[in-house]
Amino acid sequence: MSESILSVQHLVKRYGDATVVSDMSFEIAPGECLGVIGPNGAGKTTTIRMCLGLTVPDEGLVTAFGLHMPRDALAIKAQLGVVSQFDTLDPDFTCAENLLVYGRYFGMKDAQIRERVPALLQFASLTHKANAKPGELSGGMKRRLSLARALVNNPRLLLLDEPTTGLDPQARHLMWERLQLLLAEGKSILLTTHFMDEAERLCNRLLVVDHGKKIAEGAPRDLIAQYLEPDVVEVFGAGALTLADSPLKTLAARMEVSGETVFFYTADAKPLLQALAAYPQLRTLHRPANLEDLFLKLTGRQIREDA
Amino acid sequence: MTQSLSVWRAPELSWRWWPVFLRNLLVWRKLAIPSLVGNIAEPLMWLVAFGYGMGALVGKVSVDGTPVPYILFLASGSICMSAMQAASFEALYSAFSRMHVQKTWDGIMNAPVNLDDIVLAEMLWAAFKALFTVTAILGVMLALGISHSPKLLLAWPVLLGVGITFSCLALIFNALAKGYDFFTYYFTLFLTPMMFLSGIFFPLEQLPVVVRTISSWLPLTNAVELVRPLFMDQWPTHALRHALVLVVYTVAGFWIALALTRKRFRG
Repeated sequence: MSESILSVQHLVKRYGDATVVSDMSFEIAPGECLGVIGPNGAGKTTTIRMCLGLTVPDEGLVTAFGLHMPRDALAIKAQLGVVSQFDTLDPDFTCAENLLVYGRYFGMKDAQIRERVPALLQFASLTHKANAKPGELSGGMKRRLSLARALVNNPRLLLLDEPTTGLDPQARHLMWERLQLLLAEGKSILLTTHFMDEAERLCNRLLVVDHGKKIAEGAPRDLIAQYLEPDVVEVFGAGALTLADSPLKTLAARMEVSGETVFFYTADAKPLLQALAAYPQLRTLHRPANLEDLFLKLTGRQIREDA
Repeated sequence: MTQSLSVWRAPELSWRWWPVFLRNLLVWRKLAIPSLVGNIAEPLMWLVAFGYGMGALVGKVSVDGTPVPYILFLASGSICMSAMQAASFEALYSAFSRMHVQKTWDGIMNAPVNLDDIVLAEMLWAAFKALFTVTAILGVMLALGISHSPKLLLAWPVLLGVGITFSCLALIFNALAKGYDFFTYYFTLFLTPMMFLSGIFFPLEQLPVVVRTISSWLPLTNAVELVRPLFMDQWPTHALRHALVLVVYTVAGFWIALALTRKRFRG
């Protein structure tokens, strides 16, 4: 795929005996949004750091815009926008100054940056906060300022590491809207996230990673169709767990127990729902299978010791 | 392509340090006046209290056979100390805040600026802060009539050099620090003893030979040996030797600081 904007081939990163990224390969096409989902410690941030040349891989190759990392790191970064997991905004500067100072790191002239600042602030819905410092901003505003800062050089590719973690639903929706605008403009995005609705809404394609390995790859709907039955019936309430050993389980293709809830996966929920009518004390939820089901199926329901 | 490069490889420097330096300048401009008071009030109190107070007791001090008023002796030494402290403070506490606490460096490295240029910018910035402090103190010394030597014009760039030397040394400890507490060791175990062993408060001739030998290799001693004669309107003897010692500390210090900082950031 010579037209890919970012290409990662067989990346390996080890720390001592621990392999945190193992044989990781993926490509991003122009205008595409690629999502990387995986539990904490799956190697997402390390992969992004290798794409940025901040961490040197033990094996493998990163190329972007036809240039090689880390040899051409500066030339690649000139065309990249990065929003890291934790804000690195300058607390002593106003929003407008943050953009100005960051633009200078790209070798842009002050006049050139000042011309872009109003549009960037407007894009981030921060025009009224142009002279406020980051300490006076809400969490969502700070993330949007980080995004605006990442756009100062008009990048072709954005690397976003959990851009909406810690935000309230309103702030997340506003962020999604902005990212969709950027995609509509033709920008490419590499996004890591813990939110399955975010991944499904924004991403053309998803990588599911765990223990540093890619364990699935594809369009969100295709992945669900490939790995899961279309319907899920969740049953919970007093005595729900006894269903796990009852004849009901023959009515589902697959069954899982997690905590106090029994999950039935099936292509046809009707017979199961009819049978469940005999248990009025139990509460049932019938819904289509979603990315979260996929994620939990592929990476397990157990909480991670290091999470 | 994938083999790890040695952290000890040569510095890779470019003009990209400039916007990082400008960033620090812009922050400082907002706080310059209050920081000016802090930067020069303390050295001046020392100078006035010791120079005039002790000076009355001590009278004249002999420098290479030339008797000089104690206040001039102290002023010419303590200005080197001020350059050292201003540079060290900036390259330790302030640089550490930017590097570790605020993660400013991480943000900058997502743009096309490499770590080497950031370290260079921080080094030059701390030296600039030292120059600023020194300039303000020099102004007060001129106003007090402590020295009117025309060679003070030359002392000024020399003191910038002293700031550069101590910025480089301090950045080594910045690279190693896990928290602010670590810097207390640097100040109390390294800088403070050096202040007493570098001929700032009393002539080195009073020290035992062994201590004098050690002292002659300390960066602050060499700085004082360069600056003091200029205050007395004389040329330093062995100027080349003293300058060379400072250059060696500077180059070695920067190289080590850069290597250790690269190691710190190599994740």
